[in-house]
Amino acid sequence: MSDTATPVLDIRQLRVDYPLADGSTLTAVKDIDLLIRPGEIHALVGESGAGKTTVGNALMGLLQAPGKIVSGSIEIAGKPIDLRTGRTEGIVPGRDVGAIFQDPMTSLNPLFTVESQLCEGLIAHLKLSRAEARARALELLKAVGIPEPERRLGSYPHQLSGGQRQRVVIATALACGPQLIVADEPTTALDVSVQAQILKLIRNLADERGVGVLLVTHNMGVVAEIADRVTIMQNGAVVESGSAREVLTAPKAAYARTLIAAVPPIETRLERLPVPSEETQVTLDARASIRDKNRRSEAAGEGLVLSVRDLAVEYGSRSLVPGRKASVFRAVKGVSFDVRRGEIFGLVGESGCGKTTVANTIAGLVTPTSGTIDFQGTVLGAKRERSVRQSLQMVFQDPYSALNPRLRINSAIAEPILFYKLASNAEEARQDARTLLEAVGLPADAGTRFSHAFSGGQRQRIAIARALGPRPSLLICDEPTSALDVSVQAQLLNLLKDLRDLAGLSMLFISHDLAVIRQMCDRIAVMKAGEIVELADTETLFTAPKHDYTRELLRLAPSLDRILSRQGAGQ
Amino acid sequence: MATPSPKRRLPPVSVMIAGLVLAVMLVLVLFAPLIAPMDPRDVSSYSLIDMEIPPVFMDGGDPRFLLGTDNQGRDLVSVILFGLRISVVIGLGAVLFSAALGVVLGLVAGFFGGIVDGVVMRIADVLVSFPTILMALLISGIARAQLSADTMLAWAPIVLIFSIAINEWVQYARTVRAATMVEVARDYVRAAKVIGLPSGRIMGRHILPNVMSSVMVIATINLAGAILTEATLSFLGAGMPPTYPSLGTLIRIGNQFLFSGLWWIAVMPAAVLVILVLAVNVIGDYLRDRFNPKLMVN
Repeated sequence: MSDTATPVLDIRQLRVDYPLADGSTLTAVKDIDLLIRPGEIHALVGESGAGKTTVGNALMGLLQAPGKIVSGSIEIAGKPIDLRTGRTEGIVPGRDVGAIFQDPMTSLNPLFTVESQLCEGLIAHLKLSRAEARARALELLKAVGIPEPERRLGSYPHQLSGGQRQRVVIATALACGPQLIVADEPTTALDVSVQAQILKLIRNLADERGVGVLLVTHNMGVVAEIADRVTIMQNGAVVESGSAREVLTAPKAAYARTLIAAVPPIETRLERLPVPSEETQVTLDARASIRDKNRRSEAAGEGLVLSVRDLAVEYGSRSLVPGRKASVFRAVKGVSFDVRRGEIFGLVGESGCGKTTVANTIAGLVTPTSGTIDFQGTVLGAKRERSVRQSLQMVFQDPYSALNPRLRINSAIAEPILFYKLASNAEEARQDARTLLEAVGLPADAGTRFSHAFSGGQRQRIAIARALGPRPSLLICDEPTSALDVSVQAQLLNLLKDLRDLAGLSMLFISHDLAVIRQMCDRIAVMKAGEIVELADTETLFTAPKHDYTRELLRLAPSLDRILSRQGAGQ
Repeated sequence: MATPSPKRRLPPVSVMIAGLVLAVMLVLVLFAPLIAPMDPRDVSSYSLIDMEIPPVFMDGGDPRFLLGTDNQGRDLVSVILFGLRISVVIGLGAVLFSAALGVVLGLVAGFFGGIVDGVVMRIADVLVSFPTILMALLISGIARAQLSADTMLAWAPIVLIFSIAINEWVQYARTVRAATMVEVARDYVRAAKVIGLPSGRIMGRHILPNVMSSVMVIATINLAGAILTEATLSFLGAGMPPTYPSLGTLIRIGNQFLFSGLWWIAVMPAAVLVILVLAVNVIGDYLRDRFNPKLMVN
């Protein structure tokens, strides 16, 4: 790799416009420059709407109408792209440019075997015979590290795990020996352990085959892990660009600094995450008024809010004969833990470990097979008392589906308040709704609008306000920030902490992100395959993990500080 | 990225014409007693002297009777207006009744699932395996056998609405059930459950408004079907009696004279029926395309 080699990608002053229906135009990409040399991994970072995916689509000729390139130039391996058609003379997408998309579940055709997915491109582009293509496909599967490659050639996508599918996608991208790979959030849908393997694989490809990689991501940990260079985008424009190490350790632009500071660190626990606070006097007043109303719950004092014993949940497909189950999946296998009053208790684990099932069972959305849930001295059965339902509220993962699109925000928040008769009339309930909106940092007049007028972060604030309405004593948060951008996540985590303090709230906080868990929780349970493998205080768990699985998770979690300090020591 | 607000586009000309036709017909139906030259239900208002007069544009036409008269001397304009009124009322009644029944059962089946779902949907399966006409003939036959002639006269519209709706609700139930199952899995419904709201309220206030758009589309398309089914039943003699005729009854009456040169008695009401059903269908198709995201064009 020398600086004189022809760059695999050279973007100059690229500008992409989307004409809008009202006649104006939205400039998704504003005059950006980007250069990738062979063997280089260039990360394109930014929050949603920054235009990073549009750049990737533009160079692959995948821009969706009415979006179009209005000016600038793109050269792939020295060959200019035709701006009108989005195609490049002598460059075939799929042969010279490989693509890895975010969701390995949908980027493979479910009706094709792995072999036919891989061979399709080989036969079409490289004019190989069936047998040659098959031999090459086998080689590729070995290269991406899929176990039993001969057997896997005959498998359909649904027979593979998420990580294996993403490896097949990478193999497809590599099939024809591309010079450039565009990887759009390649590990976002994967667990940390799989993510680590995939990242390593991409790094090796760049090093060994001299492939240039454009890595589109929002995850700073991933950037720190494998990128050589990084470009930070905001609202379609480049904010900062440079070597990954320089940008991550000493960002110059203010936005870059905020973005990097908002990443929750896994090594230390901060009182608050360093993001600009959105609190005004209005917010503080609203919170004070909520604190007064919540006095009664503080009187309840110390002790346990929730006590779960030997909780087991089985999903069975019911057979036609009553009482007989055809097949049983044990999602949760005998889980026990307590949540103390006023604490934030964390449940952490990879996808499919049963943490969300535990949350749903406690919330009453899933019926447990066995075990007991004791909530403030009441053992919860199938029918729950009104007071129990009132005191137990939940915030969901996806803010886009958590609000009824046909209800105004005020009605949505006032509904539970009225239902539990916490306000004597509709006007008073609306007033309470306004106070709650102010307390979560939204303007009071936000309530007159519908949910589609709000961003993801704002919707999640509304969902939190709605959950606080019935004055709960336990709030279950199921991945409340995993669908959000990192700076929004930081604000919401700060908000949840503040609300805990003021409402005397206990929380059950569920996340797959160890860094988030560390910032939020007092005690943590690590779950694996339906069981709790380790339960400890946050500090103990992170400084002296006992179980191998916990140690493994901690080791694999991408972390800015650790990687940078390791690199610093190495150089 | 801000989502561009979709520009409001005018519907195609055919749809606007259909809408205009439908609006005119609805006005005629609403004000039939004021517009119609005579009241066909009042025996004293017509006489056999005027029977079988051709429309005004033909030889022997009478300016008093624009579209001519039928075999009893009734003014065709008046009988058609009143017949249209009956057809529209029965069509709307059947659609409302079947939609209400189907929406409630579909919501309940989709929301609770399990045994409730199984029972409701199996009943639905059994019902749709009878042809609508057969079912309607059966019900009106039973009603005829059980009720006296006078009671039957008064109850004929209700019996018709019921016999048409008994098959039609299945379509609403199936659609609403499927839409409900999608909504139930969404977080806002789960949130409402965790908040502790009772099931009825979750179904009525949270799920129903989100599944209504597909119901509206089916209702429009089914309106045309219901009007046609009513016409068929009346034509077969199992619907409205000749003393209180709907469009179908009028066509049946006219059918007897079709080959004796008195074509207008059958053709005039038939033409009105065709225009009505066509207008409703054009609007229904438009709504279906408009609200079906799979068919939506950018």
